[in-house]
Amino acid sequence: MSPVAAPDQINPGIDDLIADDKRHHDNDSSKDQTMVLNMGPQHPSTHGVLRLVLEIDGESVVSCAPDIGYLHTGIEKTCEAKFYQQVIPLTDRIDYLCPMTNNLAYSLAVEKLLALEIPPRAQYLRVLLNELTRIQSHLVWLGTHAMDVGALTIFLYCWREREDIMRIYENLSGQRMMTSYFRIGGLSLEPPLNFYKQVQDFLNKMPAQIDQYENMLTGNPIWMGRLKGVGYLSAADAIALGVTGPPLRASGVDWDLRRDMPYSGYEKFKFDVPVSQGGDVWARYQVRMLEMRESIKICQQALDGMPEGRIVADAPKIVLPDREQMKTQMESLIHHFKIVTEGFAVPAGEVYQAVESPRGEMGYYVVSDGTAKPYRVHMRNPSFATLQALETMCKGRMLADVVAVIGSIDIVLGEIDR
Amino acid sequence: MEAAPDPKKLLGKEAVFAAFPENAAVVALSAMATDAKFDRNEFTITVARENVLAAAEALKTAGYNFFEDATAVDWYPSEPRFQVTYHILSHALKQRIRLVVRLDSENASLSSITSAWPSANFYEREIFDLFGIHFGGHPNLKRIMMPEDWNGHPLRKDYPVEGYR
Repeated sequence: MSPVAAPDQINPGIDDLIADDKRHHDNDSSKDQTMVLNMGPQHPSTHGVLRLVLEIDGESVVSCAPDIGYLHTGIEKTCEAKFYQQVIPLTDRIDYLCPMTNNLAYSLAVEKLLALEIPPRAQYLRVLLNELTRIQSHLVWLGTHAMDVGALTIFLYCWREREDIMRIYENLSGQRMMTSYFRIGGLSLEPPLNFYKQVQDFLNKMPAQIDQYENMLTGNPIWMGRLKGVGYLSAADAIALGVTGPPLRASGVDWDLRRDMPYSGYEKFKFDVPVSQGGDVWARYQVRMLEMRESIKICQQALDGMPEGRIVADAPKIVLPDREQMKTQMESLIHHFKIVTEGFAVPAGEVYQAVESPRGEMGYYVVSDGTAKPYRVHMRNPSFATLQALETMCKGRMLADVVAVIGSIDIVLGEIDR
Repeated sequence: MEAAPDPKKLLGKEAVFAAFPENAAVVALSAMATDAKFDRNEFTITVARENVLAAAEALKTAGYNFFEDATAVDWYPSEPRFQVTYHILSHALKQRIRLVVRLDSENASLSSITSAWPSANFYEREIFDLFGIHFGGHPNLKRIMMPEDWNGHPLRKDYPVEGYR
């Protein structure tokens, strides 16, 4: 086929889309009762600034067009103007519910370009922190999802446990949310002395807390009524629409990057990948609850098997020297000065590194032209693709189910808009 | 990934295709590929602009069932200016393939692959929005990130980082 060249043409917007739809339906007498409803961008259950243009017939959804971009800050463009190490704080802000996972994906991509060997202790700590992040993100999901469909109490319980993880983050990195704890080549700081005990205490109490959430929700008739059979997505549709992570596994596709394409030493850990055949909101709820329990198992293995050694790779031209060395050794001082003022050159090439974030496949595509600044950084974010499946899940259902479905796909607008 | 005979780097169609004659993507694209690369355990196969949809269909038939990602790179001022990159995954083979199409700046357009993978919809809209590359046959090619009345395409290299003031 011959593509039509009109690259700079400004296309009509979503409002024209609505007008088109209206015109279309005006000719169809069976649909003349439909109305267009704007949900968001300021709506508590859209989890950020998502605008949904819903066409409804009575209370059932006829079509649903997501309008995104309200949080677009051009992070990909900003990355091109920074040194490689300066990109890490930007990655925290993409998916702000799992900063460590973003850090990991970006660090792994650049380390692949540099062919850096990461010491086992740093790998274990990275895995530990990633699984804590997964629990933390799933807690936010559970609290807000339950609140959206009317179970208010659970929100407070989830926030209570999330606070424990926030304290662990704060103790570790000095920050609660935008941790920027990872570095290219390892981690930024040695964990404080009470860190392991703090994590162990959390892991000891967490299974009972998850039981408590399940006691409140799993057998609750209202909760079941709102979730069961709602927002069905078949396995074939999930794959065709680019759905990854828990929604994909809840549709019966047994795929988890941690197990199937392991990174950062995940092949050394034993865990199950929860899969459900249900395909509905209820199945997604069950998969995530089981995932939290699996994450606790992985954290425990990481704590028990924590190897000795350094937390950064042996690469003085890439990893900042520690303070003591920098103040006493001339060579370290020079490396420090060079890294901070000029960055480090990364060999030319392109890599794609995907990790399993709490929401699905998070991939970083980094292109280097051999200088100290990335030529191009692109993030493949799970919510962005999963949002495409929203219409399939909502079509023909009741308007109130849209809220349950949005909660079940666990979107973060920061990573959709970037 | 299959064990690489040379873990380093293989450049050029002949070298890659000779080293991995069994690879599903290599078999599927042997007629269409114009260039290939095996670097850091990642396969990259370049196809001509007019073959992109055929290549996507061929990969899908070969077992690469999951479309992961599409993006572009602007190599301004060199020509061909744009590189459109697709990442496609196979759940059964546990392998990923990078499909690359290079485009000149005068005619920055190619066929949409949304008929093969509906999930490419948002990605192609994003490339259209931020790079100004046109996708023929796309069902709804509109800006997705930027406001509809925005001028220019921010991820192009000749667009300043601070924006136009």
